[in-house]
Amino acid sequence: MSLANKTVDIRENRLHTILHYNGDAQDLNERGKKGELQIGNSGYEQCGNCQEGCAVGQVYGILDAALIEHAPLGCYATISASCVSGKSTAKARGKGVFHNKAICTNISERETIYGGTEILREAILEAKKRYDPRVIFVTTACVSGIVGDDVEGTARDTQDEIGVPVISISCEGFKSRIWSSGFDIAFNEILRIVREPRKKQDDLVNIFNFVGSDTFTPLLSMLNLRVNYLPSQTTVEELSQISEAACTATICETLATYIGDELERRYKVPQVKAAAPYCLGWTDRWMREVAKLTHRESLAEQVIQKENERIRPELEVLRKELGNQRVYVFAGDAYAHNMANIASDLGMEVVGMTTYHHDQYADTREINTLNFMVESVGNVPNYTVCNKQPYQVLKFLKALKPDILIVRHQALAVYGYKLGIPTIFEADSNKCVGYDGIIELGRRIKRVFQTRKLIQNISENAELPYTDWWMDEGTDPFYFEGEHQ
Amino acid sequence: MSGIISQPRFTCALGAQQTVLAIPKAIPIIHAGPGCSMKIFDYAATGAGRQGEGYAGGNHVSCTNASETDVVFGGEEKLRSVIEGAIKILKGDLFVVLSGCTAGIIGDDVEKVAKVFARDGRPLVGVETSGFKGNNYFGHEAVVVGIIDQFVGEARPPKKKGTVNVFSVVPYQDPYWRGDLEQIKSLLEKIGLRVNILFGAGSKGTEEWKNIPKAEFNILLSPWVGLSIVTHLEEKYGAPFFHYPVLPVGAKETSAFLRAVGEYAQLSKETVERIIAEEERRYYDYFVSIGDFIALYQNNLPYELYTSADSLYAIGITKYLENEVGYIPKGIYITDDPNPANLEQVKEIAAKNIPEYQNSLLFEADGEIIAQDIKEKLGTSTRALLIGSDWEREIARETGNLFQYLSNPINQKLIIRQTFVGYQGGLNLLEEIYGALFAGEEVSAATYVEAISGGL
Repeated sequence: MSLANKTVDIRENRLHTILHYNGDAQDLNERGKKGELQIGNSGYEQCGNCQEGCAVGQVYGILDAALIEHAPLGCYATISASCVSGKSTAKARGKGVFHNKAICTNISERETIYGGTEILREAILEAKKRYDPRVIFVTTACVSGIVGDDVEGTARDTQDEIGVPVISISCEGFKSRIWSSGFDIAFNEILRIVREPRKKQDDLVNIFNFVGSDTFTPLLSMLNLRVNYLPSQTTVEELSQISEAACTATICETLATYIGDELERRYKVPQVKAAAPYCLGWTDRWMREVAKLTHRESLAEQVIQKENERIRPELEVLRKELGNQRVYVFAGDAYAHNMANIASDLGMEVVGMTTYHHDQYADTREINTLNFMVESVGNVPNYTVCNKQPYQVLKFLKALKPDILIVRHQALAVYGYKLGIPTIFEADSNKCVGYDGIIELGRRIKRVFQTRKLIQNISENAELPYTDWWMDEGTDPFYFEGEHQ
Repeated sequence: MSGIISQPRFTCALGAQQTVLAIPKAIPIIHAGPGCSMKIFDYAATGAGRQGEGYAGGNHVSCTNASETDVVFGGEEKLRSVIEGAIKILKGDLFVVLSGCTAGIIGDDVEKVAKVFARDGRPLVGVETSGFKGNNYFGHEAVVVGIIDQFVGEARPPKKKGTVNVFSVVPYQDPYWRGDLEQIKSLLEKIGLRVNILFGAGSKGTEEWKNIPKAEFNILLSPWVGLSIVTHLEEKYGAPFFHYPVLPVGAKETSAFLRAVGEYAQLSKETVERIIAEEERRYYDYFVSIGDFIALYQNNLPYELYTSADSLYAIGITKYLENEVGYIPKGIYITDDPNPANLEQVKEIAAKNIPEYQNSLLFEADGEIIAQDIKEKLGTSTRALLIGSDWEREIARETGNLFQYLSNPINQKLIIRQTFVGYQGGLNLLEEIYGALFAGEEVSAATYVEAISGGL
């Protein structure tokens, strides 16, 4: 295991990520390519998410690793929800029963005064005793960062004592305004587990993803390829072999831009440099790219033809039925581009989008999902960037009145219901992948339209907490932006 | 107090955000790092029986999303700007600024910042609730006292006979709080009291809070959480408090509770007894009707009891199921981490109310220790009822025992207005427990079933 590791810079520095934008997709794409946009500020904000949460999410699901959150209890209290999605994903992927293997040091006032390394040491020893893990990850939080606990030193010392690698992940929430920086920090530390390739596994494809269904196995098994879902629901041993894979792909460049690039650079594992397989055209192209990297070109052509023929009848019906619908997408940067693309392929008109941030470029410069989307969908008007901020998004939606809203993140889909807009909550980010995925999304949209009366009933009786002045059409949704630079 | 924790059952002091949201038209403003507010919401609302954002919670919550610059140079200016924005765009009767760890460590003073707005006539309060200061039971008490001191204020109006303020379950931390508070209010109103319930759909919001000083007395229906609130009210407004430490579940305890309150408030004994008699008549009419089912399915029913919950719930529910439904409490796990003084008090309350099962008591906030104890005690038993959270659900499924949700985290159930409080609550509990018997594969009295899946 390599213990020396470089650190990874936060996204606002590394990818010139922005949090505020108002314009259209084409303009953002052109200006973003030049990296000329500023991150932006607002005098008023609603709560975001933090990079600690994103980092924890990547290592919590590793099957034989333990996790210690060196934090007050509030940072860790949501672990039960992660455990539930871990269990459902394990079941969906045939991985047996998933169990919680995370401990919180429960930092109290005493540790903020006298330091928390002693309690951290205790937690590491306890994790070894309780879970007998192959690796122990330790994440930091705002408190441990500000008081200056030597987490890395404690991890190093304790690891020698217990004979299990203890890897610290420095992901204090306040250190980046872009919560997805937490993905990069976690992956940078996961790379320590990755070994030098012993043999090339020509049929193994790394798929970076979150939790969710197993939709890549049906897709890639048609090419006689094996799927290595990463990093959730894998063993440390499986993780250590990702350097041996034939290629790396991701469901969302926002998630895996950093590690995909590093695997290519360090271990020559090529990335699939096509857009992720969301919609017919992108799936065809993605399959061809994978086939090229794994030398299965002629098989791929047969599969593509067969699959296209297989889904065509229902796809044509869906396109006809959904063809006049106007859709709005509200999701993370790259994933929003995926969703807009698939909606467009179903014949819908993408009338607007909001992404939680925008990376002006990926770590691998030729991968640019916004560019892929603009090429495929065309320009999308009413394109905004803001980190959730329902006070603004509700105004966008009220003004545009889309027929359907597609949302990726927890607790945001309810806004569609409160405004009376049929809404798809795309929590299972693997579900609409590939040939079956596009059909599946079309069916789900039709199903949502059937529940209009419920949506209407909620919207007629829901009171939004905003003042009349704020909700007035004449009030600029960007009223607070640019204040307090 | 407690050290490391796994399988958590509460969150940090910033959980006070949910206490604010439980007051109709009250709006929290969070001065903390960027993920804190959402994590509180995910734990205490979504993970508490899928409760939603309500009027102004979830992603609506205003937050400074403290960044490195704020931590290095101080965040009070940014906080002022967010407060100004919040009162411009949000419709609320009360705004409560809460600090998280970043603000607490660097010394940003949210109370001071809030006071400047309050001086201009804005309904604004600031309370320190840094996560490292304590858990959300602590945060709940802190924010209630903060609102009383900074918003309700120094009034000493004449007392209104028969009007009471109720302090009991912690909103959201008690996943059944909405139904519980409606039930408590309704019970007390039946015996003739006027009730400021203060939280939830049955509360009139800030108007009701402004009336707190007018109450004749306060009721604390809880072993220790809220004790600091009612003693504070006693000092501040000269209103005494009536402390009833046991959650009234089922007929016996609810009748005892109503009698005790009636006596304390010097209500007409005749009225109270009439109400009790009427409620008991209805209760036992339903209760006895379960007899047929019990008799038929006796072979398949659990009788050993394991309860994991905070001191209010663990004692109240265990007492009911032991005393009135004949369960044997094998494990009573009290998870709310009371401080040493309160711990002694809770022990006394438990000794008085579940005297025969003192050996079953374990005060523990680390869920994995609870899980280990349950598994050891269970052995190979398949005639146990486990009552608790997602964590106990996992054990029930592994061991083939029946399960009932009672305490957070609850990610796999929708809770709207359900309650286990009062006469009605006792029946509700039995309906849920035994209803689960049929949630899995067919269970027929004609077939003895070894392990009860209960649909898990």
